[in-house]
Parts: sequence; C-alpha cells; structure tokens
Amino acid sequence: MSLRVVDRPTDASASRPTGPLTPPERNPGFPLDLDWVGRVRMNRSALERRAATIGARRTVKKDWQVAWLLRAITLMDLTTLNSDDTPGRVERLCAKARHPVRQDILDGLGVGNLDVRPAAVCVYHSFVKTAVDALKGTGINVAAVSTAFPHGLAPLSTRLAEIEASVADGANEIDIVIERGMVLRGDWQALYDEVRAMRKACGDAHIKTILGTGELATQTNVAKASLVCMLAGADFIKTSTGKEKVNANLQTSLSMVRMIRWFRDETGIEIGYKPAGGIAAAKTALDYMALMKEELGTHWLEPHLFRFGASSLLTDIERQLEHGLTGHYAADYRMPMV
Amino acid sequence: MNKIAEIFQSLDYGPAPESPEPALAWLASKGGKFGHFINGKWTKPGKTFASDNPANGRKLADVTDGSAADVDRAVKAARAAFPAWSALSGYERGKYLYAIARLVQKHSRLFAVLESMDNGKPIRESRDIDIPLVARHFYHHAGWAQHLERELPGMVPYGVCGQIIPWNFPLLMLAWKIAPALAAGNTVVLKPAEFTSLTALLFAEIVERAKLPPGVVNIVTGQGDTGAAIVNHPDVDKIAFTGSTEVGKIIRAATAGSGKGLSLELGGKSPYIVFDDADLDSAIEGLVDAIWFNQGQVCCAGSRLLIQESVEERFIAKLKARMATLRVGDPLDKAVDIGALVAPVQVERIRDLMKRGVAEGGQYYEPDYDLPEGGCFLKPTLVTGVSPSHTLVTEEIFGPVLVAMSFRTPEEAVQLANNTKYGLAATIWTENVNLALDIAPKIKAGVVWVNSTNNFDAAVGFGGYKESGYGREGGKEGMAVYLKPAWEKGLKPFAAPKATERGGELDAGGIDQTAKMYIGGKQARPDSGYSRPVYGPGGEIVGEVGDGNRKDIRNAVEAARAALGWGTATAHSRSQILYFLAENLEYRSDEFARRIRAQTGESLALAQKEVAASVERLFAFAGWVDKYDGAVHNPPVRMIAVAMVEPIGVMGIVAPPSRPLLGSIALLAPALAMGNPVVLVPSETAPLSVTDLYQVIETSDVPAGVINIVTGASAALAKTMAEHDGIDAMWFAGDAATSAMVEKASAGNLKQTWTSRGLYYDLSDKTKFEGDYFLRRATQVKNVWVPYGA
Repeated sequence: MSLRVVDRPTDASASRPTGPLTPPERNPGFPLDLDWVGRVRMNRSALERRAATIGARRTVKKDWQVAWLLRAITLMDLTTLNSDDTPGRVERLCAKARHPVRQDILDGLGVGNLDVRPAAVCVYHSFVKTAVDALKGTGINVAAVSTAFPHGLAPLSTRLAEIEASVADGANEIDIVIERGMVLRGDWQALYDEVRAMRKACGDAHIKTILGTGELATQTNVAKASLVCMLAGADFIKTSTGKEKVNANLQTSLSMVRMIRWFRDETGIEIGYKPAGGIAAAKTALDYMALMKEELGTHWLEPHLFRFGASSLLTDIERQLEHGLTGHYAADYRMPMV
Repeated sequence: MNKIAEIFQSLDYGPAPESPEPALAWLASKGGKFGHFINGKWTKPGKTFASDNPANGRKLADVTDGSAADVDRAVKAARAAFPAWSALSGYERGKYLYAIARLVQKHSRLFAVLESMDNGKPIRESRDIDIPLVARHFYHHAGWAQHLERELPGMVPYGVCGQIIPWNFPLLMLAWKIAPALAAGNTVVLKPAEFTSLTALLFAEIVERAKLPPGVVNIVTGQGDTGAAIVNHPDVDKIAFTGSTEVGKIIRAATAGSGKGLSLELGGKSPYIVFDDADLDSAIEGLVDAIWFNQGQVCCAGSRLLIQESVEERFIAKLKARMATLRVGDPLDKAVDIGALVAPVQVERIRDLMKRGVAEGGQYYEPDYDLPEGGCFLKPTLVTGVSPSHTLVTEEIFGPVLVAMSFRTPEEAVQLANNTKYGLAATIWTENVNLALDIAPKIKAGVVWVNSTNNFDAAVGFGGYKESGYGREGGKEGMAVYLKPAWEKGLKPFAAPKATERGGELDAGGIDQTAKMYIGGKQARPDSGYSRPVYGPGGEIVGEVGDGNRKDIRNAVEAARAALGWGTATAHSRSQILYFLAENLEYRSDEFARRIRAQTGESLALAQKEVAASVERLFAFAGWVDKYDGAVHNPPVRMIAVAMVEPIGVMGIVAPPSRPLLGSIALLAPALAMGNPVVLVPSETAPLSVTDLYQVIETSDVPAGVINIVTGASAALAKTMAEHDGIDAMWFAGDAATSAMVEKASAGNLKQTWTSRGLYYDLSDKTKFEGDYFLRRATQVKNVWVPYGA
C-alpha cells in the first residue's frame, strides 16, 4: 500500500523545538483509507493469550528493575483529573513532578545526576495556567484534556474553542476524547473529520487521541479507531479517560500498538502510545514497557513515543526504588505524596 | 557510567535467574544416585547412567539402567497390587488421585525447576504450563475414578499397564499416562525417558506421601532395552507409549498377537494454516507458541506453515521480525523463550537433517544473535522456498525449525495439510467462522486449534490420526483406552467349522449363477481368472465364487478411497441408505435363509433367524448413524472444544467363517454407519450369502465404492489388506495366527486393528454388538478447539 502524504508541514522542521519530547518527524496526517480500515482484524482471544504471557515471558530484576523503573518515571504523564481539583492540588502535583523521587534514594542508587522527571503533567483546561507556572524552566510539558473530557459530547465548536484556549494558556500537549458513538456506528468519516479539525486547532501542540477503549465494545473497533485517528494526524493514541468502566489493559494495548506498527510499516511515521487509567503498580508499568519493547522495539520507550497516564503509579515506583536501594520493603507514607 | 544509568539508557533485559539450589539439594539428599521405585520401595542403584543438564552439560544424577529382572520385579509388584486396587471403590481411588494433585501443587516449583534442569525447557514453560497441567490432569481423573461406572458401564481395567514416555514433557506425559490408568483401576509400570528420569523419581516420592498401596505405581528407569522388556513382558496387559513413530511401529509389531491393549501417541508434522483474513499479528504470536514452544520438541508442533499467497510476503516479514526478539538462553532464566534441547545427540540429529535440507535447496533464515556457549542451544530457524518433496517438509525435525509454504485456495490448503503420513494436530487462523469450521473437519488430525495453538486440557482428548498413532489421552476417550468390556475375559476359543471334503458336483439345474467380485458399484471378474467352489454340508458344491487375489484387493481399495465422501454425507442420508438395505434384505428373507441353509446345513428356522438378525442389525446401525456423536468439552479457558466423531477412513473387514450373512453384516453395518467405505472379505467357506447381497446393495442407493466385496482365501486376502497403506483400519475375525499376522502387518501405516484372535465372538449377541463396541472402533475423535470473544 502506498499512501499519499497530505499537508506535510514544509516549514516546521527548522522552527520546531527539539528534545526528548519531540518526535523527529511529526505525523502529517493522511487521507482516510476506508479500504485499509476494512482490512483490520483483531482476535480478542489471541490478544488475551499474548497479553497474559507478556509479564511471564519478560521480567527484569535487581539493577535492571531499578533502571527500568527510573525510565518509567520519564515516560509518565503525571495526572490529576478530578472534579474536585484545585490550583493547590495541581501545584502539589507539579511539585512532585519536579522532584519525583527522593534525592537520597537517587543518590544512593548512584544516579543523583540523572534527569529523572515525568514527561508531562496532565490537567483539566482550568489548571493549565497553574501548571505552566509551576513547571516553568523544568522542561516538563503541560498536557490538557480539552474536548469536553471525559465524554466528548459538547458541540464541536465548543471543543475546538477549548483546545485553542488550552494552547493559548500554554499547554503543549492536548489530550482529546473521541466520540465513542462514531466508532460504534462505524462512521469513520465523521471521526476522521473531527480529529482532523482538532489536530488543526492544536497547532504545534501535540495531540493525543483518547479512544475510550472500554466503551468501544470490540478489539477490532479499538484497532480501527486507532487507525482512523492516526490517519487524521494523531501524534499519540491513548486508551482511556480513566472514567470508563474498563481502563487500559494489555490486550487492548496490543490492538493499539500493533496498529501503530502497521501504520509505521505503511507510512514510515511513528506514532506514540499512551495507556491510561488503572496503572498503579510498578510491576504493571514494567509489563507495559516489556510489551512496547517486544512489539515495537526499545526505541519506542522514549517519551515522545510512549507515556503512562498515571498518578499513584509514581509512589509505587518510588517505593520499589527504595526497596532496590535498601533491600527493605518500603512504605508509601514515607514518600512525598503526589 | 553507573550500571543503573547505563541500563536506564539501553533498557536491556538483565538476568532473571530461578535458583537451582532447592533441586540440587533434593538430588544431593538422594546421594545423587537413584534406584527404581518398585512395590513402594526404592531399590539399590544398579548399573547406572548419567542424567545431564543439557544447558551446561553438567551431570545432575546417576540413574539406574533397568534390567529385564528389574522390569519383572516391577510387573510382579503391579500384578500383586492389582486385585486390591481395582476392587477399591471409585471414590477411594479418586481420593488418592486427588491427593497426588494436591501434592504436585504443593511442590510445584521444585518439580518445575528440576524439570527445566533435566530437560532444558524454559522455567516459564515448566512453571506455567507443564506442572499446572500435571496437577489438572490428576484432579480431572480423580473425578473419572468416581464416575466411571456410570459413564462407561460394563468396563473393567486391563490389569498391569506398561507405560513408556518421552523426554519432551517428562512429568506431563507421566501424568497423562498414570492418571487415567489409576482412575480406571489399573496398576502401572512406567519407564521415563533416559534423558529425563528425575521428575518421575520425584513423583515417586509424591506417590509415597500420598500413601498409594505398594505396587500400584512402579517407576523403572532405563533406556531402550528397559522399554523393550516392558513391551515384551508376558504379564503386562496393556502398553501405552508416547514417542517416535518409528518406535511405535516396533511396539505394534512386537505386541502383535499378544492380546495386549495398545495406545500410541506418536510423531507429527502438523500444519499451521493462515488465511488472508486472519489477525496476522496474532497468528505470528501463535506460531511462536506452535514451533518455538519447548524448543520445537513437541509432537504436535505447528511445524509446517501454510500461508495464503496474498499475505505471504507480509506474513514472512513479520515472522522474521518476531524471530529476532525471541530470547534463547539459560532455561532457568525467567525471561527466556527458548532453552536448551534435551541432549547433544538431538542437536546433532537436527544439524544433520538441516544439512540434508540445505543440500535440497530453500532459503534459511535465523536471527542474528549469539547463542550461549556450552549447552544444547539452537537458533529458531525459518525455511522458505520449499515444497512438499523437500526432506524438511516431510520429516519431523523435532526442533526449532519451521518450514513455510504458500497456498492459493482453501481447498489447496487442505490438500497440503493432509499431504503427510502424520495426523496429530492442525492450526487454522481465520476470522471467518464459516471457513474455520469448513476446514477443521477436512484435516486429518486428532486435534484442530482454531485461532490458537497448543492448547491442552485433561477434559479434552489428545491423540492422532494416521501414523501419529491411536488412542486418546484426556477426556472420556482417554479413559476408554484403559478399560475393556468385562465380557472379553470370558471369551472361549473359536472352533472352526469342519473343513468340508472336496467332492460332489455343482447342481446343473437352472441357469448358472456366477458370483463375481463387487467393486466400485459394479460386479467385476476376479483378476486371477480362477473360481473357488463353495461346498454344502454334505460336501456337495453349492456354488462358485471368484478366487480373489492382491489385485482385486488393490482395485477394491482404489474404489473405496474414491468413495471417502461417504463419511461427509449427512448422517440422515447414510441412515436412510442403511434402512433401505435392511428393507430390501428383508424383502428377500426366504431366499437368503435357503442360501444359508444350503451352505451350512442348519435348519431353515435357524437360517431364517440369522437373516432376521441381520436385518435387525442393519436397522440398529441405521438408527445409530445420527446418534453416535460427539461432545462439547469445558476446558478451563474461554474456548469450546468440540469432540467430533469422525470415520477412520477405508476399512478392511474380514468376516468370520461362521454365520455367512450375520457375520458380515454385524461388522459391515457399524463401519458403514459411521461413514467408512469398506472392503469386505466374506466368510471363506460360506461366501454366497454375501455375494447374493450385490443385488440388494444395488437396489438400496448405496453409492459406488462404499461397499466392496472380494471373495477368496481369508488369510491371504487379510495379509494384503493389512499391508495396504490405503486401508486405515482393519477388522479380522478368525484364527489367532492370522490375527497376529494382521496386527503385525498393520504396523506399516499404523492402521487401527480389531481382531478376534481365535476367540469366539457371538456376533448375534445384541447386548454386546449392537452398540458402541464396534461404533467406537469404527470412529476416531477429533477435538476442535474454538476460542470465542468479540
């Protein structure tokens, strides 16, 4: 299959910032290819079987575990998305982002000089400014969920305006939610058009498309929605808002990362993946990283290609790091809270 | 740079070792040297051989090389234990099996570590697959012990079972053998493979702790000679063997005429079929489980990839990429995919085979990474550009080597899949349920996995078609191979009808009746051009039939093979035809009765009874056609396993000398009912009742080739049939010597046999022969695993 590239930015490469959070080549978007969408097949049972053995086939121990967990922190979108969030709460989150691991632990591990910080902090639009201010000078991105999160059912114009407002407030990553109904109805054109419009509204801010996989019913739907979002110009595809009954899991991740792989094979463009919701244990994070490494390669475990959407995960990782240092099991109340 | 900082950049996998210490400590506690476990006691080590760790070549222990005397002691112990063990209630036996299951679980990690050290398989597999399946097998069969009488009424255990198991799944194969044998009430002499005796010896400790009565389970270690001593021991009642087809054939020949029960689970070259509408990435992952599970040392390994041409290029590219991420290394590393092969001799064997393959052509791909040194390691290998004539496509490699071929249509996929002497397993990938369920029945294999691979469960029968063996392990089918009808022991020797003296003349009255052969729906002259006389009770010639020879059998088998579609005709239509046969036979009852009387001299009343019984028997099996069917099993995963009852294929039947009509009908009817085309040799001395059937067959809509009849000398024709590779199963009713010959010759293509061994089977006995006794022998069970989930 050969795809015609559309609206590939001609001027961007020179002016775009470079860094670990920035991909070498941004997805320019491609025409909607319904024939391709129609050829997508996902077998749930087989995906489950593979997902169930990932954690059993791959494990990292001792120094390797410590190193992988440090890396996991750099792949994190440290998140607070609660109705009772306040500027104070967001500031505390940002403070934790600046110092995600107790310095004595890092020093003890001999990595005190390593730059171990989350890739981004993820908040509602209302707190973008708070976060931008709190993170000034850190290089940590601010991500906003800006399209009538979590349902995505406000008028499109409202949602586009929200994106523009977030970008204007300084968000450099926008996590949008798709309309799940479009997937359930098989209205791929509508989904494509909407995501394209949102991508345009994002401008230079990177767009992560939240599929709400727990509400898409089938793995084939998840995979097709992933493809349509990538064709429409998504920089990341993301599983969940955290508000669906079923959050990120490994089998759904397989459906999505295998579509990322197929998209790369056909277009040469690398899309990022963000599992979110319910990832709270360090061991779970390692399973996801093993999955990425196995299915897409180590290369994909860079912050511009992989993120965890998480909050309590950080504390569990910090505990495991202390355990790695001392050999004693650690308690969460001894870690500065997120 | 700090090591953690380095790994932080590289994200390499580090070592994740499982400790060998507990297993080494256990071996040390035994002095590193083992005797046998016989009659509940450990014998002193005798002449020993070393059991090595194939990952590093280091010796793990010395194991005794069992002698014929050791085997004899074990058999005697098993014999002595049998009466009390088989007399226990099913519940009592079930409790012992349950105790074994619990004990295996309690010591599961020790078993897993010891297994990986002895065999070389990755700890992930022994820990997550082998050992849990072992426990599951004993749990499942604890239940069978208790429910046997209800589910398999009238069946009794064989007695002493000799069980010989392979080295690829040492403890799992032990469980597959011992659990059903004990559940059924047998006692056991088991020999583990010489490379992998250690977990069987640890299992003997479990047997001790479960307080099994002495002699119920005996473990004798050793090599080929030890196995031969078990096979040839006159007091062993049943042999169960898992291993190579080559050895299976030797065992078949060696047990011929002995009356020993036999079940064989042998080699394979199982097809792995990927259609263009499959979830290709999942099919790739399935392939990893199919051919790189246990280093490819799996009898049912999906070792022949058949990929639809339209997706071939993409699929092969994906496969190569996946192969590159397979990790080969220390079996005790928890993050290793491929461990060590079992022994240096296996590595050599595979390398030799590969050399032959390379000489024959093809493209060879292996990932570009280094193997660990000092152990039996091989890289995963993919061979493309080969065809069915290539050695690597036909031979079972039993290593991490996959051969790939493409196909154009579903029909061609089936042809390629079946283009092998083996028939153990097959895998089908497609998202089209219609296609999957069309292909599954067409593949000649005992297990078919749809959109998954290498699924095993105690509730689901496992075993092969064709030269992959016979008998099943797991499920009700698996229980059946450890049981036989109680009435079999009461069988008396058959007194052959007195040979009629030559003399007398053919009655010249009326028009000459010339019975020919019946082949492919037509009457055919005997190839020999000779006829043989049929004598009446007074020695008078009452008719002549063709003197059949090899070529008539050949022609009949050709016709029967062309009629294999009989097996896929709907049950209803086969049933109709059998009913119609009964109807048309009854219409001519008097004529058939007179003919019986003319040949046997018995009273007309008795002859009429035989005709009536024959009609009734046809009627009975016409009624069975759509009722003797399969089951849906409940494995502990989200899949259904459909046990389909399928015909075996072309059946050769040699009818007993007595009961000219019923003797043939009683065997013919169940074979036909279950969908097997038949080559029938009627009673040698009284064949006219069957040659008279030609007209009945012709008026009953029986498709050409479904029934083929060759008259002549039973023993000579039986030999040709038993040796014929185109015959899939053979029943012989007659003397013991010919029975033994049939069993021995059947080893050629491992056709399934039933012989009467010179015993008198009263085929008129409806209670015994109007039901599943012959139905079971006319069928084989295929288990089709179908996962579900939107």
